[in-house]
Amino acid sequence: MLISLFITCYNDTLFPETGKAVVTVLERLGHQVEFREAQTCCGQMHFNTGYPAEALTLMRRMLEVFRGSGLICVPSASCVAMMRDHYPKLAASAGDARLEAEVEDFLGRVFEFSELLVDKLGVTDVGASFPHTVTLHTSCHSLRSLHLTDQPARLLAAVRGLHFVALPHNDECCGFGGTFAVKNADVSTAMGNDKVANIAATHANVCVAGDNSCLMQIDGLLRRRDAPVRCMHLAEILASEDVASGFSRKDPSR
Amino acid sequence: MIRVGDAARAPDFATAAKGSLANAQLRRNVRHATDVIRGKRALVVGETSDWQQLREAGRQIKAHVLRHLDTYLQQFEENCTRAGGHVHWAADADEANRIIVDLIKARGESEVIKVKTMTSDETRLNVALEAAGIAPYETDLADLIIQLGDDRPSHIVVPALHRNRAEIREIFLRRMNLEALGGEPEDLTAAARQFLREKFLRVPVGFSGANFLVAGTGGVCVVESEGNARMCLTLPRMLITLAGIEKIVPTLQDLDVFLQLLPRSATGERMNPYNTLWTGTTAGDGPEEFHVVLLDNGRTKVLADPHARETLHCIRCAACLNACPVYRQTGGHAYGSIYSGPIGAILTPQLQDLQHSRSLPYASSLCGACYEVCPVKINIPEILIHLRARIVEESGAAGERMAMKAALTAFGDPRLLKLAQTIGRFLQRPLAADGYIRRAPGPAAAWTATRDLRAIPRQSFRDWWASR
Repeated sequence: MLISLFITCYNDTLFPETGKAVVTVLERLGHQVEFREAQTCCGQMHFNTGYPAEALTLMRRMLEVFRGSGLICVPSASCVAMMRDHYPKLAASAGDARLEAEVEDFLGRVFEFSELLVDKLGVTDVGASFPHTVTLHTSCHSLRSLHLTDQPARLLAAVRGLHFVALPHNDECCGFGGTFAVKNADVSTAMGNDKVANIAATHANVCVAGDNSCLMQIDGLLRRRDAPVRCMHLAEILASEDVASGFSRKDPSR
Repeated sequence: MIRVGDAARAPDFATAAKGSLANAQLRRNVRHATDVIRGKRALVVGETSDWQQLREAGRQIKAHVLRHLDTYLQQFEENCTRAGGHVHWAADADEANRIIVDLIKARGESEVIKVKTMTSDETRLNVALEAAGIAPYETDLADLIIQLGDDRPSHIVVPALHRNRAEIREIFLRRMNLEALGGEPEDLTAAARQFLREKFLRVPVGFSGANFLVAGTGGVCVVESEGNARMCLTLPRMLITLAGIEKIVPTLQDLDVFLQLLPRSATGERMNPYNTLWTGTTAGDGPEEFHVVLLDNGRTKVLADPHARETLHCIRCAACLNACPVYRQTGGHAYGSIYSGPIGAILTPQLQDLQHSRSLPYASSLCGACYEVCPVKINIPEILIHLRARIVEESGAAGERMAMKAALTAFGDPRLLKLAQTIGRFLQRPLAADGYIRRAPGPAAAWTATRDLRAIPRQSFRDWWASR
């Protein structure tokens, strides 16, 4: 099947390894991946910060870029939540029935990475091997907007050698929250510290999530305290055919 | 004047939060108390088979009432008056306070026993009463702790949640002039009972808020846990109730829905221990004079905004406070308003002019925990975002506007996005080491004060794809 990748602006710029991993996994499963190079951003940052007109412009752009595509894979629950929760209302606010219809058609093709694998493609074993102790942070958007209650855990359960430890208070926010992390940096940090304490309590070597935005917050706090835990996107674990090599927390290119 | 307590003078949330975060005792108290209530709520909500239908029913009733609020308010006035009550209309906090003070003075009284009501904190009624030479006595245990401790409420349902037992004992010892007092819950409640019972029996004016106003009967409903409200509502000669105009439900039957939603959401109980419903006056039974003051104080402004009017669905259960990871770190005082937590962050700035509480809609990571637990399905995250947009429109910061405009330009063309990535890589060069930035200037400094910041790697995904 031809699957179109929406990498998201955030992953494109800061977490290219996640995109490469998504490509690896989908190709390993026998799919063909296309990357429409005109793509940029879904508009989440503008929308959540109070700039709906700008978000509407970016929404129109998204629709145009992905017009006529097949299934669209997005390795970020928060971007999918932006589209599912807010695109229909943005379209309605523009008072354009054709735009609303186009949004509906578009949303029928958009899937978060783990959702695409488990719910749409019916796969849980993607042939990965990752012999490490792993805990899973479930992002607020994946849990409360997309209701991905067990898709990531089922995928992890099929990974060879992986030892899974559940994260206590898994439903609590990590404190990232986009511009919240800077506008309310102290509260954001306090929330993140609780998350990091819960992660430490699992004694996992790796904290995995489906959202690199949460992981940037968690990883930033872990590194500041030199904690021996590495953060990885779910796709990177599923892409791994490891072998205990190539596993250094200091690796800047991950 | 429209007023929400003394929120207009409060510092912005981020500044106030610093103080709360530095108070380890306060954070332990808040964490413990919210954990307990959340646990109880989860149990009693989990045991219902129709919780989602109940929420939807609650939402629909409230939405219906708000669409026909004028009709239902007049119906309430008519029925309450017919039953022997008197209805007063107050446009704002000052007018409500003036009406209440005048009513008490007209009866020649100088003391009033009060049932817990956030609405009277909203109007700052106690300040107005004291200025008029009338002594208000709070009879709810938590409100009594707040009053005796010269404190401010930090939670909508449990106003003294930020205080622990030892602190409460100290306040009681000092303010009740006690020589000795044990530290057990039984000792503290016994002291409060001793202190209050004399007032219940002596003071001839009672004052309450309302959980619900029933339009079809003109009746008022108050639910509580301690029995103090029952005392205040039945023993005095005169009773005055202050209620926001959004407290209306059409019929008694609608309470069937709300008396399930409210106790389970608020205190984790299947039913409140005391549910008091009264209609007007009855000769020889209860108060002989009964007044209801209907308060607007900004509510019609909220009603006028179709994107945010469901804020008025709120039944003040505070489940959103207990669930909120921000509230759980800071407690209520950081919000600078008697309405704290997620609901406070959308209610306060709408009741008052936005400029007085512009920081509140940003006091959220938009995690959605508030919406998930709200018994009347107020989409708080969406309203927070809507209010942010209103703030940007009315008084947005120029720097942020420019940054957002620049971002939009970059996102308008992948070549410009690539250019922005290249510029970012260039600018970070003196700062980055091992793929991270430990100290950044400008707005990013707030990030790097506590967290390493991931640097932009050498190759973006799109560059990798192109080279593939």
